[in-house]
Amino acid sequence: MTDETAQLKEFTVSEISFEIKRFVETTFNRVRVKGEIFGGKVADSGHYYLSLKDDNATLSAVCWKGTMNRLPFKPEDGMEVIVSGKITTFAGKSSYQIIIESMEIAGTGALLKLLEERKQKFMAEGLFDQRHKKSVPFLPEKIGVITSASGAVIRDIIHRVRDRFPSHILLWPTPVQGEGSAEKIAAAIEGFNALPKSHKPDVLIVARGGGSLEDLWAFNEEIVIRAVFASQIPIISAVGHETDTMLIDYVSDLRAPTPTGAAEFAVPVKNELALQISNLENRLKNASHRFFMEKKNYLEALSRGIPNLSQILFEANQKLDDRIERLKVSFKNYLNQKQNLILQTKLSPYYISNIFEKKKENLSNLVIRLENVSIDSVLNRGFAWVKTKNNKTIYNAEAAQKNQFLEIKFIDGEVKTKVVSKKDEAQGDLFNF
Amino acid sequence: MMTDKELEKITFEEALLQLENIVRELEAGRIKLDDAVSAYEKAVKLKAFCDDKLKSAQLKIEKIEVSPQGEIKTTDFVAE
Repeated sequence: MTDETAQLKEFTVSEISFEIKRFVETTFNRVRVKGEIFGGKVADSGHYYLSLKDDNATLSAVCWKGTMNRLPFKPEDGMEVIVSGKITTFAGKSSYQIIIESMEIAGTGALLKLLEERKQKFMAEGLFDQRHKKSVPFLPEKIGVITSASGAVIRDIIHRVRDRFPSHILLWPTPVQGEGSAEKIAAAIEGFNALPKSHKPDVLIVARGGGSLEDLWAFNEEIVIRAVFASQIPIISAVGHETDTMLIDYVSDLRAPTPTGAAEFAVPVKNELALQISNLENRLKNASHRFFMEKKNYLEALSRGIPNLSQILFEANQKLDDRIERLKVSFKNYLNQKQNLILQTKLSPYYISNIFEKKKENLSNLVIRLENVSIDSVLNRGFAWVKTKNNKTIYNAEAAQKNQFLEIKFIDGEVKTKVVSKKDEAQGDLFNF
Repeated sequence: MMTDKELEKITFEEALLQLENIVRELEAGRIKLDDAVSAYEKAVKLKAFCDDKLKSAQLKIEKIEVSPQGEIKTTDFVAE
């Protein structure tokens, strides 16, 4: 032992450990350390134990549960991060560690690398496939907006919607960065989808203004990506500036460059529609007018082929008049002809007088014959007609005997006679004059 | 012929599309005369429907509030 060493102050283990602890914890009360996470593990208690390393050294680290929940992203092994916190020592194990109070991803390069890895993972899962994209309605009744209730984003969206097509906007306010923002954004997406049909928006806008990649990181978180993928309502994403493409932009149904752009995608311009409708109305009027005119003209062209009715009638009338005229003339002629014929026909009395003479002759013949057969002619020939006073003809002697008186008619008169007796066969004497 | 009930179910975009189609058909004269009359009537109805949609457009902004119990209610929202 040298003098030099003899003069050194002697510590107990506890004393030196305390001194180191005091020195370290005051000197490194607040430090920023950059390193790659490895061996990270969340304990049952919720605390996160990990190590940070670079090429030559490692540093133990712990992130208490409360801090862990506030981190803007979920730390994973292999992430290049910058942590802030204080170094504490643990005398019992002669070790030291950093208590992490905040954590950020180290540098855009590292962040982009992580982004790329996640992108590849979701892509491989098919979450970004075009076939899952829903079409955004042309004119939504209700527009659901998920963003911060304060700030320019909601204002820009409202203004643009109002200017284009005043609509019903339902804002679901969420934080858009930091502590638990990803969870709340995901919950809002699910919440909108769970609304009753009467309140459910027809389209959702998930929006955030510009910021650093770290600020926008919530829109790369798996919970948000999966909520967007599962949404039944079409989603328009508008996060950051046009150049920022977050993972939500890959999974959403439509990516707008800015929140204002999202409003433009969500609603058409009312005045343009009104103009379009009025143009259509004019075209409808013109087209229908022309359509019916064409039909009318066609009809008229066709009807020109059909002889017109009055003309047909006129012709028929003319024919009829002609016929009537001809009929009159011919009938008159006919009558004249017949009249002339009648006039020319001499009706001679010869025939009738001839007939008359003949009949007269016949009649006189008949009269002669009748005279010949008449009683007088018989009487004239010397016969007499015997009859009773009652004018009953007596045909035989027997009948004569039965009467006391008889009448005998001669040609020149009658005589009455009395019946005496029957005369003998030889010489009868019937009558007694 | 389009009934009023059918009009209730139709979206603005569909109505606009149908209107445009009818106008095109009429312009092209591809339509039968009998159908043209009913198509025209339908077009007039569609146009009135679209007009109504435009006229009834109104800005309304509501904010959703979720209670700790998870109940959802809406209140009018005024942007700052």
